[in-house]
Amino acid sequence: MSSVTFSEDDPHALGGLGGEGGHGSAAARVWPGPAPKRIVTGYGFWIFILSDIIMFSAFFATYAVLVGATAGGPTGRQIFDLRDVAIETGLLLASSFTCGMATIAADERNVIWFQLAMAVTGALGLGFLALEAKEFAGLVAQGAGPTRSAFLSAFFTLVGCHGLHVSAGILWLLTMMAQVFAKGFRADIQRRILCFALFWHALDIIWIAVFTIVYLLGSAA
Amino acid sequence: MTNAHEEFGMETDLAPGDESEEGGIAHRVVGYLTGLALAILLTATSFFIAGTDLVWQPSIPVALVVLAVAQMGVHLVFFLHITTGPDNTNNVLALAFGVLVVILLMGGSLWIMGHLNHNMMPMDQLMRMQR
Repeated sequence: MSSVTFSEDDPHALGGLGGEGGHGSAAARVWPGPAPKRIVTGYGFWIFILSDIIMFSAFFATYAVLVGATAGGPTGRQIFDLRDVAIETGLLLASSFTCGMATIAADERNVIWFQLAMAVTGALGLGFLALEAKEFAGLVAQGAGPTRSAFLSAFFTLVGCHGLHVSAGILWLLTMMAQVFAKGFRADIQRRILCFALFWHALDIIWIAVFTIVYLLGSAA
Repeated sequence: MTNAHEEFGMETDLAPGDESEEGGIAHRVVGYLTGLALAILLTATSFFIAGTDLVWQPSIPVALVVLAVAQMGVHLVFFLHITTGPDNTNNVLALAFGVLVVILLMGGSLWIMGHLNHNMMPMDQLMRMQR
């Protein structure tokens, strides 16, 4: 049967088996076989991202429950600097955009634009981390560290966990730049770029929740 | 664009993050720019509303949450390319289940902890009893 084709990735993936040689009825639908590897990988990573978001929602719930437990220490309104938070938000948003540019460049197999967009993305991410580190150091210096109250413990856990994710994302970003430099746009490298882009955009989505629930609601209320 | 349509030449699902349309580079860049503009607009509104006296104060928390949810939607559509198309069914269903768990987790925690707080004796009385 000429309609049987094999995918390069997976020898078990039969495409179009029994399409014409069967009963010939309209009901004989072609089963396309297992999904391509790009979809399997991307979907699996999507599930991971959703479980990561669920983990963050647990930290958000903890924060929301403990936000009033200041134990006589400073409240959010006294310690949050909204100007820095706005800059952090802008940096992360811009990095999400340049990450999208890197995705397009990878799809077009344009090395120069890919490396440029990834470098800008990484620089913006580092700027975000620097501002966050400055904020944390300032808080600890003025005696508002994570040991001061339950509110501050929850604050440092939630925001610090997001910061750790951004740090891991930057390490991953540098790895992808090096892999594209060394190996080019192979199919497996393209899948990793897809997963990295999902991760980076998801971090920005979590930051929306952080700056709204922690900083803006914390300063408004 | 290396997605399933190109690789296999048939109607299949899309990986999360892949775009379904074959619009060329310019079209895709415009998509990201649209997302960026909408996100900046929503973020700026959030920061403006948080510090203003122009609106009724009790409405501010609700407005902030609505703006945040809207911006998450913008990011999902324009950056993560999660759509309602038939090639995205699995991605949307996984997302819907994730959102369900998040709502149960946050709503349930706040609900039960609020009641516990309400029913607990004030801390100073509790300390006096332990003496």
